[in-house]
Amino acid sequence: MNSTVEEVAPDKTATYEYKEKFSLKKFLRQYAIQLGILGVFFAIWAFFIISAPDTFLSPQIYLAFMGTIPFFALMALPLTLVVISGEIDLSFTSIMAIGMIAFMFVHDVSGNVWLSFIAALAVGLFAGLMNGAIVVIFGIPSLVATIGTQFFWRGAVLVLGQGKSGSLVYTKESLLHPLLVGKLFGYIPMQFVWLIIVAIIMWVILNRTRMGAHIYLTGDNEESARLMGVSTKRVRYFVFGLTGFVSAFAGVVASLHVTYFWPSLGEGYLLRTLSSVFLGGTSVFGGTGTILGTFIGAFIVQHL
Amino acid sequence: METNEYRLVLNNVSKSFGEVEALKNVDFVLGQNEVVGLLGDNGAGKSTLIKIVTGYYQPTEGEIFFNGQKIEDLTVQKARDLGVETVYQERALADLQTLWRNIFMGRELRTTAGLLDVQKMKTETHRLMTESMGFTSLAVTPDSPVRTFSGGEKQGVAITRALYFDADIIILDEPTMGLSLKETRKLLEFVRDIKEAGKACIFIDHNIFHVYSVADRVVVIDRGTVAGEFMTKDISLDELMDKMYRVAETGSLD
Repeated sequence: MNSTVEEVAPDKTATYEYKEKFSLKKFLRQYAIQLGILGVFFAIWAFFIISAPDTFLSPQIYLAFMGTIPFFALMALPLTLVVISGEIDLSFTSIMAIGMIAFMFVHDVSGNVWLSFIAALAVGLFAGLMNGAIVVIFGIPSLVATIGTQFFWRGAVLVLGQGKSGSLVYTKESLLHPLLVGKLFGYIPMQFVWLIIVAIIMWVILNRTRMGAHIYLTGDNEESARLMGVSTKRVRYFVFGLTGFVSAFAGVVASLHVTYFWPSLGEGYLLRTLSSVFLGGTSVFGGTGTILGTFIGAFIVQHL
Repeated sequence: METNEYRLVLNNVSKSFGEVEALKNVDFVLGQNEVVGLLGDNGAGKSTLIKIVTGYYQPTEGEIFFNGQKIEDLTVQKARDLGVETVYQERALADLQTLWRNIFMGRELRTTAGLLDVQKMKTETHRLMTESMGFTSLAVTPDSPVRTFSGGEKQGVAITRALYFDADIIILDEPTMGLSLKETRKLLEFVRDIKEAGKACIFIDHNIFHVYSVADRVVVIDRGTVAGEFMTKDISLDELMDKMYRVAETGSLD
């Protein structure tokens, strides 16, 4: 605290240089959690390779992993942002299904697969923003609110779809099917490519935008964040809206993969998704967490 | 009231929380280059008053003028854009976050592409650390989390942050709380620096000696109203203390 007023003002001449010095100790301390998770992952992996070398040394199993991990890992990525902001969302499993109800409804009316896809995403976004509104406006804890909306949307799926399932074979004729669940170079499942794209987008949002910075601040100390002018309401709308949007996307991907819609779509993903986030080192109390951690967490969950 | 010559004017401001009237018809002015000390007992309404100035609370009634201009719907972001920076009693830091994230909390620097300019923020933080916060240890970097800092260091972070953004009005809410003697003396010197730099300051402290030694004017708040104000050059410390005792007991200065 030797400050004088002049010293502190922004340095407009910008002659000051600061280069981060790399030090192994600092690196280890800063990324302790990520390195730990990575270590756990390799340990588990090694265990499986040793105990079942035939299975775990052939490429087939990894292509299978790439095909199935995205169904829950896609939602774990935006959910990481929710948890960092100090909230939780348990309604995404039902949002996956309600998005598909919109998909099939719009397809029945218009016959256009792309319109149906957009409708699914829009409904997902709306459902997410509704979670945000319940938390922001009524001040209901997100744990309670999203348990409620989980049942609400599942109920809506059963009522609006009259409990029926439906074939989605018609999507095979459009470009949407190969784009979402096709095979890249004939091997790599497209849903895995989408997982990586979504992961990169989430990383950029979290680490390179003001919104991302505000997500960390809100989860760490909401009072401080508000005193310094961070709109914690906007942060909540954003993270819940984003999770709803991506969940609907994941719902379309999962349904197109089997070209069939089940009204129970999404049930069973809840725990796998949540464990990916928490295994990935994101704190239940908010304020810390990384996208990379969640990504690796999803792989660990799938191995188990 | 002539509002132009003041940096800040509060006109007839009231604030109630449900049934509780925290502030009742308060008039308050802050000159262009003035240090005003706010005195008052616990719960007198000092913190409510400054949180109205910083845009954290919206007044139930009354008007706010910055440099003669009436401001409607003041928010924290708007107040910071108008040059109000605050060092809060509770420091307003995010403990798990790194130093650079705390310095730029709520006002992150961005590149022309709209993305965060992390390198610039770290560079500026490092400059501030070495030039003004007095961190010399190599163990502390812009990436150090704030929770490892001592009370005085955290205060230094909060003050440096308040000054970085070219503030015209600096509000210090109980800044000496939890500081050592040496740190307190530095803080008071620092308030004199603000005065010399031609800026304005609102200084809240329980310690009447601290307030008396740096303020041009003291405003006494009691039970949500302004009980009185004095120029420090016109009143002796003893007289001021007598009056404070009287206010606390009877609610009236005389």
